[in-house]
Amino acid sequence: MAHDLIEKLREACGRENVVTHPHQLRTYESDGLLRYRVTPRAVVLPGSAEEVQKVLRACHEAEVPWVARGSGTGLSGGALPVEEGIVISVNRMNRVLEVDLPNQRMVVEPGVTNLDVSKAAGPTHFYPPDPSSQIVCSIGGNVAENAGGAHCFKYGFTTNYVTGLELVLPDGELIELGGKELDRPGYDLLGAFVGSEGTLGIATKITVRIVPVPEAVRTLVAFFEHTSNAGRVVSDIVAAGIVPGAIEMMDSLAIEAAEGATHAGYPSDAGAALVVELDGSEAECEHRFKEVEKLCEGNGATSIRVAQDEDERQLIWKARKAAFAAMGRVSTHYYVQDGVIPRTRLSEVLERIDELSKEYGMPVANVFHAGDGNLHPLVCYDGHTEGEAERAEELSGKILTACVEAGGSITGEHGVGYDKKRYMPRMFEEPDFDAFQRLRCAFDPAGMANPGKVMPTPRLCGEVPGPYRQHPLEAAGIAERF
Amino acid sequence: MTAAAEQIAECGGRGQSLRVRGGGTKFEWGTPAGDPDVVVSTAELDRIVEHNEGDLTAILEAGVPLARAQQEFASAGQMLALDPPLGAGAGATIGGVIATGDSGPLRHRYGAPRDLVLGMTVALSDGTVAKSGSRVIKNVAGYDLAKLFAGSFGTLGLILQVVVRLHPKPSQSVSAIGRSGDPDAVARGASALAHASLEKECVDVRWGGGEGAALAQLGGETAGAQAEAAARILADAGLEPAIVEDDEELWTEQRNGQRSSDRAVVRVSGLQAELARTIRVVESLGGSLVGRASLGISWVTLDPSRIGHLRRELAPFPCVVLDAPREVRASLDVWDADPSPLAQRVKHRFDPAGVFAPGTFPV
Ligand SMILES: Cc1cc2nc3c(=O)[nH]c(=O)nc-3n(C[C@H](O)[C@H](O)[C@H](O)COP(=O)(O)OP(=O)(O)OC[C@H]3O[C@@H](n4cnc5c(N)ncnc54)[C@H](O)[C@@H]3O)c2cc1C
Ligand SMILES: Cc1cc2nc3c(=O)[nH]c(=O)nc-3n(C[C@H](O)[C@H](O)[C@H](O)COP(=O)(O)OP(=O)(O)OC[C@H]3O[C@@H](n4cnc5c(N)ncnc54)[C@H](O)[C@@H]3O)c2cc1C
Repeated sequence: MAHDLIEKLREACGRENVVTHPHQLRTYESDGLLRYRVTPRAVVLPGSAEEVQKVLRACHEAEVPWVARGSGTGLSGGALPVEEGIVISVNRMNRVLEVDLPNQRMVVEPGVTNLDVSKAAGPTHFYPPDPSSQIVCSIGGNVAENAGGAHCFKYGFTTNYVTGLELVLPDGELIELGGKELDRPGYDLLGAFVGSEGTLGIATKITVRIVPVPEAVRTLVAFFEHTSNAGRVVSDIVAAGIVPGAIEMMDSLAIEAAEGATHAGYPSDAGAALVVELDGSEAECEHRFKEVEKLCEGNGATSIRVAQDEDERQLIWKARKAAFAAMGRVSTHYYVQDGVIPRTRLSEVLERIDELSKEYGMPVANVFHAGDGNLHPLVCYDGHTEGEAERAEELSGKILTACVEAGGSITGEHGVGYDKKRYMPRMFEEPDFDAFQRLRCAFDPAGMANPGKVMPTPRLCGEVPGPYRQHPLEAAGIAERF
Repeated sequence: MTAAAEQIAECGGRGQSLRVRGGGTKFEWGTPAGDPDVVVSTAELDRIVEHNEGDLTAILEAGVPLARAQQEFASAGQMLALDPPLGAGAGATIGGVIATGDSGPLRHRYGAPRDLVLGMTVALSDGTVAKSGSRVIKNVAGYDLAKLFAGSFGTLGLILQVVVRLHPKPSQSVSAIGRSGDPDAVARGASALAHASLEKECVDVRWGGGEGAALAQLGGETAGAQAEAAARILADAGLEPAIVEDDEELWTEQRNGQRSSDRAVVRVSGLQAELARTIRVVESLGGSLVGRASLGISWVTLDPSRIGHLRRELAPFPCVVLDAPREVRASLDVWDADPSPLAQRVKHRFDPAGVFAPGTFPV
């Protein structure tokens, strides 16, 4: 059976596009979250939607579960292989199929990188959702994770920009949802697919909306003694009805690390840095920018740097964007968290994080999308000392509890995947999971698409027509019927 | 909420068909089906549960009239950026607006109900009461079931409560309008506005009786200056430009163009670049049109006898019949869509008892 499947995959996609050698399989053992590793049975790289169909049909017949993979930058273990399963990488499907400027649409294959989508739309237009991983991550992965980015406070998330999808369902059927047009009659299955973390099918073609490049962009970075000052500026900006393209915050530890790595000129003794970027019409930008400067001054900014040209703007952003990677300078190991809180609860949650950090004796750096209330606490620990990783994870989990208790979410953009499914019960109860499962079963009644992700306990779909047969996951004792 | 959910569970248990009724302003939309056994009203679900000013979010029960919620938000200088026509006595409820996916000119900047609902609690026909989403503006935990229920016309379950994202109400607004009797000029003007780097709240188009216009609303502190810029863009495109400072009526007219009590209203899901052709077709059929210029969605008002012509001319763009006399809606496929097996499976999973508005939706 197993051998049969591999042969079928080779027939479908060509021998050279099926990876089975243990050394090569290692590349696919993890995604961006290196903590978990599973070796798949094989990796297949289809080159077209038809090949994806053949692959999924073969898996369906053989009852072998599979995991779709884009660029593997996910931070929640979403593309982590399943034991004995197949990984389906869409990397070869990386063509920009159409740039339709008059209708403000683009049609791309799933393996195109986020940055290449925006580049193809330029110089007059751009694709707003801009994850920090945009140079590498794929648009298919963005769709699956409903990826966000620094500019999402004003512009919205991936889900607000995808208008059409071609996808292959787990039984191999090819369907289209939406298109270039909006509001096609029927259920918004497209809206339900975006953010479904590879559990409903494989996107093989994606139609996105692109928007005109703003006339003007103005960027500043203001420094404060404490994050609470910067937090007040964020609240004041929002209360004044100003909607910045981006508002990003860093605390002292993050500043120290980023400055060490980039030499962007951030004062390393600052307690907080706030990057504010306004974009839009020249007149409106100019007017509002002065207000933002005043609000920073009024809340005790120790210094403010306004980007005088594009180079300086890039330098300001460089420090922010490098913050994750730069943590390596401060700590051998760190754990990236992705919690969300209502913006108004910022200072109390930051205080709680500070308490936890002291209690555990582990530094926590904070980098966040302040407009959205999306925090990325980076928990630093010594990975060479036994038990520290577990303690860091525990601390990280407590931070999420603080976020949920403040009325927030366990994930703002990285997804639930494998890593966070155990935290799902902090937000949802049994009837909620039951409703999620209904959607999943409508798309994937046999449970072959990325099993073991998102839901805290694996479950199978009831009402399978025909006589009862034991599901492979049941046999393996990792799922039961509800 | 518990009482409503219990009523749903009872209907499900007994296999009684039901229709959910909000304000009843669009209750007629959809395929006319036999009378349901039970009409479930959301009138009692009328609490504004929370208005979190600093977070720009609110929690509303489904039966809250949108107009009442807007008053509350406006007192804090905020708005829920949904401005569909509100129907008789401004009766439309938040549940009804979301269930129909209905929107108005503000959709240009802020999106449709699907884009503004952050979380939702629903009651299903087997008695399940489930929530999805969250109460913060950014969240990717779990499936986005609110999107599925937005625009589902009460055929999957009862929407009990929603969390919505609010926006600051622009401190002022000024509009620019460009008029012309040439469909190409109107389309050109509309497209030029759509692609211009201005802070546009709305970009609309209208046509009727051989004359049309492209118009934009600009918001913010510099609305006046931006409206001047928009007027210049319209003039360059060959339209007769004007600035409208007191622009409320202008946009009310656009919204009113989405409804009709005596003719048929057809919603066309088209594309920006097809606007001139769409206008010509509408003109040739003696109809009128309002629409979201950059989004390609238009509402065409015409004599019900011309619906077939319109569809043939504009195919393959879907043309959904909204307002129309019952006998007209009974005589054609209002949705202009074939049911899909996947949609049927979704319907079956969420409404296993099959009691929610059977026969009214393309599943
Ligand atoms: C340094 C760094 C910074 C980051 N910054 C951000 C950020 O700012 N914002 C943000 O949102 N994320 C961020 N991420 C996370 C990650 O980049 C995103 O989640 C991204 O969308 C993943 O894309 P990918 O192509 O790498 O997907 P993968 O990691 O390969 O897969 C992610 C999920 O998508 C599924 N999938 C992939 N392709 C398809 C397809 N064609 N059809 C169906 N399912 C599919 C997989 O099964 C998996 O569940 C960051 C990651 C890193 C490493
Ligand atoms: C098929 C159809 C098409 C329409 N098209 C248009 C249009 O193009 N332009 C326009 O101006 N108006 C249209 N309407 C009217 C539109 O329904 C109203 O704009 C308004 O959104 C309805 O609010 P309401 O409270 O009056 O809802 P109602 O008119 O009472 O109900 C509208 C629909 O929503 C469902 N519904 C209401 N509340 C809930 C809830 N809590 N949970 C689940 N389902 C619920 C109802 O069952 C019904 O299908 C349409 C209506 C229908 C039924």
